[in-house]
Amino acid sequence: MKMSISKSINRTDAKGKIWGETPYLGDIAFDNPLYVKTVRSNQSHARISAIHIPTLPEGYWVIDKSHIPGKNYMKTVVSDHPILAEDEVLYIGQPILLVAGPDREKVYGLSKEIRIDYEPLPAVYTLEESEKQGMVFTDYTLSKGNPVEAFSQAEKILQDEYSTGLQEHVYLEPQGMAAEFKEDTVFVYGSMQCPFYVEEALTEALNMPADKIRVIQTTTGGAFGGKEEFPSLIACHVAIATCVTGHPVILIYDRDEDILSTTKRHPSLVRYKVGLDKNNTLTVLDIDILYNAGAYAGISPVVLQRGIFSSTNVYNFQHIRVRGRNFRTHTVPSGAFRGFGAPQSIFAMEMLMHNIAISLGLEPIDFKMKHCLKQGDTSCTGGKIHDKIILPELLERALTLSEYRKKIQTHKPFTGIGLSLFLHGCGFTGNGEQTIRGKIILQKKGKDVLIKVSSVEMGQGADTILRKIVAHTLELPIHHVQCEVRDTGLIPDSGPTVASRTVMIVGGLLQKAAEEMKSRWDTEENLEISKVYHHPDFLVWDNDTFTGNAYPTYSWGVNVAEVAIDPISYAIQVKKITAVYDVGRAIDERTLRGQMEGGIVQGMGWATIEVMHADEGTLVQRTLTDYKIPTSTDIPDIVCDFIENPYEFGPFGAKCAGELPFTGPAPAIAAAVSNALGIPIKELPITPEKLLEMKNDED
Amino acid sequence: MKIECTLNGQRKTLDVSSTRRLLDILREDFHLTAVKEGCGEGECGACMVLMDGKAVNACLIPAGNLMGKEIVTPEGFKESPRGKIIEEALIEAGAVQCGFCTPGFVMAIESLLNEHPHPTEENIREGLSGNLCRCTGYQMIFKSVRLAEEKGAGLW
Ligand code: FES
Ligand code: FES
Repeated sequence: MKMSISKSINRTDAKGKIWGETPYLGDIAFDNPLYVKTVRSNQSHARISAIHIPTLPEGYWVIDKSHIPGKNYMKTVVSDHPILAEDEVLYIGQPILLVAGPDREKVYGLSKEIRIDYEPLPAVYTLEESEKQGMVFTDYTLSKGNPVEAFSQAEKILQDEYSTGLQEHVYLEPQGMAAEFKEDTVFVYGSMQCPFYVEEALTEALNMPADKIRVIQTTTGGAFGGKEEFPSLIACHVAIATCVTGHPVILIYDRDEDILSTTKRHPSLVRYKVGLDKNNTLTVLDIDILYNAGAYAGISPVVLQRGIFSSTNVYNFQHIRVRGRNFRTHTVPSGAFRGFGAPQSIFAMEMLMHNIAISLGLEPIDFKMKHCLKQGDTSCTGGKIHDKIILPELLERALTLSEYRKKIQTHKPFTGIGLSLFLHGCGFTGNGEQTIRGKIILQKKGKDVLIKVSSVEMGQGADTILRKIVAHTLELPIHHVQCEVRDTGLIPDSGPTVASRTVMIVGGLLQKAAEEMKSRWDTEENLEISKVYHHPDFLVWDNDTFTGNAYPTYSWGVNVAEVAIDPISYAIQVKKITAVYDVGRAIDERTLRGQMEGGIVQGMGWATIEVMHADEGTLVQRTLTDYKIPTSTDIPDIVCDFIENPYEFGPFGAKCAGELPFTGPAPAIAAAVSNALGIPIKELPITPEKLLEMKNDED
Repeated sequence: MKIECTLNGQRKTLDVSSTRRLLDILREDFHLTAVKEGCGEGECGACMVLMDGKAVNACLIPAGNLMGKEIVTPEGFKESPRGKIIEEALIEAGAVQCGFCTPGFVMAIESLLNEHPHPTEENIREGLSGNLCRCTGYQMIFKSVRLAEEKGAGLW
C-alpha cells in the first residue's frame, strides 16, 4: 500500500543549510564586483534643491535618476515608487542616489560625504491626520443585503474602533541583489519570492526586452512577504549600476538599513457601527477599514482588498457595508506581509465579537458560534461557500486540548485564557489566479524528473513539498525528482510565491502533470508536460462590484491562548497556545507544523513585543536591539493539531497553510489578556505600558 | 598587526588590523561562509562561532582579541561525532527552514550541551536565547536539542 502523503520526510535542503554550504547571495563570489551603497533621504517630505557630490576617485561612480535607461518607477500594482528620487522625497530612507566602487569602505565613506539640500514640505504622519486631509490612495466599498433598512430595524446600535501597529519582517537574511552583464544579457541574482515580478520591473527600468534579462533567485533566508515586491526596487538599482559601470555589482543591506527602508505591515484602524436584534444577534454591520500605506501606494490596493474580503472573518452576516481605504503618510511604504491585510481586519472583528459578548454578559464562544458560516452560506462578497465547514469540530478539539471550559471558570487573578476563530482565503484574491494563469513544466529524462516552476523555496519547504507531490504521484524515490533553479531563462511563470498558493495551485498543477506522466512513463524515455491553471468553473467573481467568490476556498483555524500578567510590571507572558487547523490535507505533517509554529510565534510577536512606531516619520526602533522579535525565552508551549477536510481541487486535498497561522494568536492573546485583567483590548501591540495606563484610567 | 590563533584546528598567523571583525576575517579572508551576517550588532547569533569552546558572536569580536584563541566555525565542526549528531537531530526535528540562522544554532547547541549534557528546559531556552530564528518558532529547535542529547549520550 502507498504511504500517506502526510507522513513526514526529511527536508531535502536541510543538510546543506545546517553546515552553511548552501550559498545565500552574500556567500557567492563575483568576479571583481563593485559594491553599491544607497544614498537616502533624511527628510519625511521635501524638495531636493541641490546635491553636492565630492570629487570621486577613479573607478567610483555616483548614479542618479538621469542614468535610468527606462522608466523611473518600480513596476508593481501601482507603479508610483521612483527607482531613484526625482526632485521630491516622500519618506525618510527613500533612495536618491547610488554610489558604486571597488572598495566597500570607500564606497560607504563617499556615500556619507554626499550632501543633499532640501526644502522641507508639509508632512503627514498618522492615519487620522491623513484621513483629515483626504490623502486617500484607494477607496473601495462593498455591500451585501440592505444595511440601511437593517439599521432602521435594529434593536440596539453599537460603535467601536480597533487598531494595529507597524511590524517589520526580520527575515534573518537581509535584502540584497547582485547584477552582471554577460554578452548582451543582464543577469540579476538575489533573495526574492517572485522572479517574474523582478523581471517585469527590470524590463521597464532598463527598457530592455525580457529575453535580455535573466533573474536568478539565490537561496532565500526568509521572506514573509518582505521579499514579494520590494526586491524589484533593489534589482533595478543593481541592474542600472551594472549598466552604468560595466562591472558586476553587489548590494546587500545591513540590518539597520533593511529596517529603515524596506516595507512593513500596514498599520490599521477599523471602525464599526453594528446593529443587534432583540435576541442579541448581529444583524447588520458597517465596517470602515483604514490602512496606512505609507508614502507610496505600491501593492497596497491588493492588501486592502484582502483586508476587506476577510473583514467578516468566519461569520455569516446578511447586511453589510464595508468601506476600505488606503491612506498616504510620509513614512516608509507598507507592503506585503504574511496574511496580507487579513490579520488586521480579522483581529478587529474577533475583538469586536469578543467585546460585544462580554458586554452582553455572554460567553464569547457561544456568541461567536451563533454567527458562524456554514456550508452553503455566502461570504461578505456574496460568494457561496461550496466546501464543508468543520469549524465546530476544530473548536471542540481546541477546547478539549486546552481544557478551556475548565480553565475559564477557575483562572486566577492576572492569568487569563482567550480564544480566536479565523480563516484564510486560499490563493490570490478575486480574479488573480485567472489573470496570472500559472504555468508549470514537468520534464522526464530517463528515470529522472525535473520540476520547472517560478515558485521559490524561501524557507517554507516548497522544494521538498513540490518534489514530494511529484515523487509520490509517480511512485519514485524523491531524489529522482529535482527542482530547476529559479532562473527566468529556464522556467515558466507559475506565478509569484505569495498568497499561500504554492501547494494548492502550483502543487495541484504538478500533481496533474505527474499523473499524466505516469500514464506515459513506460513508453516514453523523454517527455515534457506543461499545465496551465484553470479556475474551477463554478466560481464567479466580478471585480467591479466585488461580488462572488473572492477565494476558491478557505482554510480555517481555532487558537486558544493562555497568558500570565505580572501584577506589578504588567509584562505579558504567553504561556501556551493551542491551535487546531483545517488546511485540507497535510502534504507533509512536520513541514506543515513548522509553518504553523513559526506563524504562531510571529503572530504573537505582532500582538505583544514587536513595538515599532515612527515619530514624525522617523522610526524609533531602528535596530534589532530596539525592535525585539520573540526569542527562545519568550515563546509559549505550542500544541498544534489538524483535522482533515480534503479539498477537491487541491493536490491530495491540500488547501492553503502558510499565512493562516499568523492570524490566530493576536485575537486569542488579546482575549486572554482581557480575561486576565477585566479590560477590553482594542489595540495592538498590547504593551505593559498601555495596560498600566488602562488600569490607571479604570481606578 | 600579527595575531597567532588556531582556526578549525590549524595554527594561523593573521596579519590584520586589530579592529577588523572576526566575522569579516572568517568570511572574506578564509571564505568560511557558514558564518552568516544577520545583524552585525550582536543580536541575532547567525555569526556564532566557538571561541575556546564557548559560543560567541563573530561580529562583535575584533581581531585584537584573538591572540592565542582557538576558533571553531561550523565548517570545522562538521565532521566531528558531535557535529554529526547535531545534524541528524536538526533534520529529524524539522528545525531547519530558511536555514540562515541554522549554522549559528549548531554552534549554540554544541556550546549548550557542552555546558549542560542533560539540559533542563530552562537551560535550553537560556542557552539558545542569543540566536534569533524568524521561521521555526523555536519549538522544533528545542526538540533537536533533546534528540541530540539522546542520540549523542556520552558524547558531551
Ligand atoms: S551578525 Fe553577529 S549577532 Fe547578528
Ligand atoms: S530557519 Fe529561517 S531564521 Fe531560522
